[in-house]
Amino acid sequence: MADSSTKKKNPVGAFFGALGNNIKDIGVTFAEGDWKTRVSYVIMGFGPLARGQFLRGGMYLILQGLFIWYMISFGAPYLSKFSTLGTVETSKVGRKTVYGDHSFLILLFGLLTLVFIAFLIFLWRMNVQENRKEELILRAGKHLPGNKADFHSLLDSNFDKTLLALPVAGIFMFTVLPIIFMICVAFTNYDATHQAPSKLFTWVGLENFKNLFSFASGGFGSTFIHVLIWTLVWALLATFIDYFLGIAVAMLINKKGIRFKKMWRTILVMTIAVPQFVSLLYVSKLFDAAGLINGTLMKLGWIKSAIPFWTDPTLAKITIVVVNIWIGIPYLMLMATGLLMNIPEDLYESARIDGASPWQMFKSITMPYMLFVTGPYLLTSYTGNLNNFNVIYLLSGGGPKSLSYAGGAGATDLLVTWLYKMTINDTNYKMAACIGIMVFLVTAVVSLVVYQMLPSVKDEEGFQ
Amino acid sequence: MNKYASMKRKRFIGNLLSYILLILISLIWLFPFFGLLMGSFRSYDPAVEYGGIVSYVIPKTFSLDNYRFVLGGTTNYLRWYGNTLIIAFFVAIFQTIIVLCVSYALSRMRFRGRTALMRFWLVLGMFPGFLTMICLYFLLKQMGLTQAGAVPGLILVSVASSGMGYYVCKGYFDTIPKALDEAARIDGASRARVFLTMTIPMSKPIIIYAALCAFMGPWCDYVFASYIAFGHDESYNVAVSMYRWMNTGDYQGYFTRFCAGGILVAIPITLLFMALQRYYVEGVTGGAVKG
Repeated sequence: MADSSTKKKNPVGAFFGALGNNIKDIGVTFAEGDWKTRVSYVIMGFGPLARGQFLRGGMYLILQGLFIWYMISFGAPYLSKFSTLGTVETSKVGRKTVYGDHSFLILLFGLLTLVFIAFLIFLWRMNVQENRKEELILRAGKHLPGNKADFHSLLDSNFDKTLLALPVAGIFMFTVLPIIFMICVAFTNYDATHQAPSKLFTWVGLENFKNLFSFASGGFGSTFIHVLIWTLVWALLATFIDYFLGIAVAMLINKKGIRFKKMWRTILVMTIAVPQFVSLLYVSKLFDAAGLINGTLMKLGWIKSAIPFWTDPTLAKITIVVVNIWIGIPYLMLMATGLLMNIPEDLYESARIDGASPWQMFKSITMPYMLFVTGPYLLTSYTGNLNNFNVIYLLSGGGPKSLSYAGGAGATDLLVTWLYKMTINDTNYKMAACIGIMVFLVTAVVSLVVYQMLPSVKDEEGFQ
Repeated sequence: MNKYASMKRKRFIGNLLSYILLILISLIWLFPFFGLLMGSFRSYDPAVEYGGIVSYVIPKTFSLDNYRFVLGGTTNYLRWYGNTLIIAFFVAIFQTIIVLCVSYALSRMRFRGRTALMRFWLVLGMFPGFLTMICLYFLLKQMGLTQAGAVPGLILVSVASSGMGYYVCKGYFDTIPKALDEAARIDGASRARVFLTMTIPMSKPIIIYAALCAFMGPWCDYVFASYIAFGHDESYNVAVSMYRWMNTGDYQGYFTRFCAGGILVAIPITLLFMALQRYYVEGVTGGAVKG
């Protein structure tokens, strides 16, 4: 008991403990094993094959074969150049282009190869374990499960492996690997002047992060702080204004005596149904200098010159928050409608008997309940708004641009739209990768801190 | 008696104010769609009217010029529309299947590394999606799935990473009593059989919700689609091509044509959405509470 508690406290110790146990187990398996097991140490799956477990043994053998084939034909050349990311530059000899090393592919496939090697080591360990297990079963005088039972278990006790194999592989290939790759790019000088394949790029250590936090001229520091603050403020405004107004609208529709409830809801829900690129692009043009709103106001004679909705930095920010209310309320309304009906009616009944006013009831019954139930939603909504690309990009495109900002950032740019611009317009991949890591850090920190504070996490029974 | 009458009057005024507010809200919310529809009937032909941004809503003469332009062979609009439809269709099918598989495994089965996997995916989700754009581009390029092959490429990328979006669906599975599964398993049914013949038929609302969300996603996908299909007009989807109409080159003249194209996209999607609205609401409400 005491042993397990110390292990829990010290993850490093636990890791080395587990590693030691594994190595010991591998040794014991070899020492006590028969020749089939020992051959398995070199030819994976030999033991199970020799014992008639064709399905398992065959799988190990095929995977090992594939790995060797991959390493020889593909992996090894890339991996050998991984530490420098290539040394031979593409050059022109006369009229012919002689292709040199492709830093991008060296980095990408080098990483892939490293992951495959780790996977093979894991597989090899499983292979050793499998041999040990089979020997113990045979030594105890029992029979090994047949191939048919093995296959059937994939649809029954091992059904999780069948279900998850494809999704996990897909996520690894198209999410995990690219993320590791981009994290690596943040430590290289991959940008417009080092474009693969014609130019090489290489490792530069923490150079880019120094640049990101440098406040000298040409440094990204002050722009980064500006964009970061606006990102945090925007997410706060977008989340909470929408939240309270959404609940208010839901209560308005739910009010006793209001008829055609379904119709009001349907009208609002239209905004969710119509694809955002249609509605948002149209709305952004409504606020254009020559657009409908300015035109109408001028015709009425209320203003002399067009209101610079998208060209004044402060006004652009306000406009975006306002338009986002238009987008956000319907979702909140839908959600709140369902939840409001869940509040026990007798709570209100007893409050009414005690002579509570509607405002008091809202303040001490409705709101606490809603905040309690929707705590996790508010958190995901906040982190979602931190990365709300569509609204910003389709409405203002991050503009208006300012010369005082580095990296082509504009006044309404969020970290993600800035990242996007740096990738697309400036091909400044190294800084984009740094920003991406920063977005991750901000999201992770906010999530962790807020999650600990949520009432529904602290006190699960609160409203039950 | 007098008190009762005053209360009644108070309620009447309250309701009246509520109705006025609701009508006002409805007008604000519907106005952009009304404007879009009206814009689509304004001719871009300078001989008739003007195709750019104007400061009035109702066109002076109603014409179908924009629809003729969009649906005629001048641009690849029909092709773009078809591309988006194909992407949306396949993404809806495969993404739903994957989400169902992942949700069932995580909801019903207890295996080693289950919580570690869920935590790992949660952390992965905190990285911004656009970060990996260039890497995905090169990966797809190696497979020949960019530019001319952008449509299958986009399907592949959306489906491949869809396993991480299991939350709402798993939350729904968690509410189906486990005793049902156990009873079936005592009768000799395998996990796969329970999944296919019991869980799935019981989860119709959540399946429709997942498919509907997956189907609507590609219609808004501008960023990634434009990057993968870069420079290859025939592989664009509607969002990419129409964003170009609006923002690159002479958007002034293309505004009403954008309206017409937008209406053609919005109408079928809206009808589909309205028909399945019930399931959507169920999914949104369920997802919000469970986080």
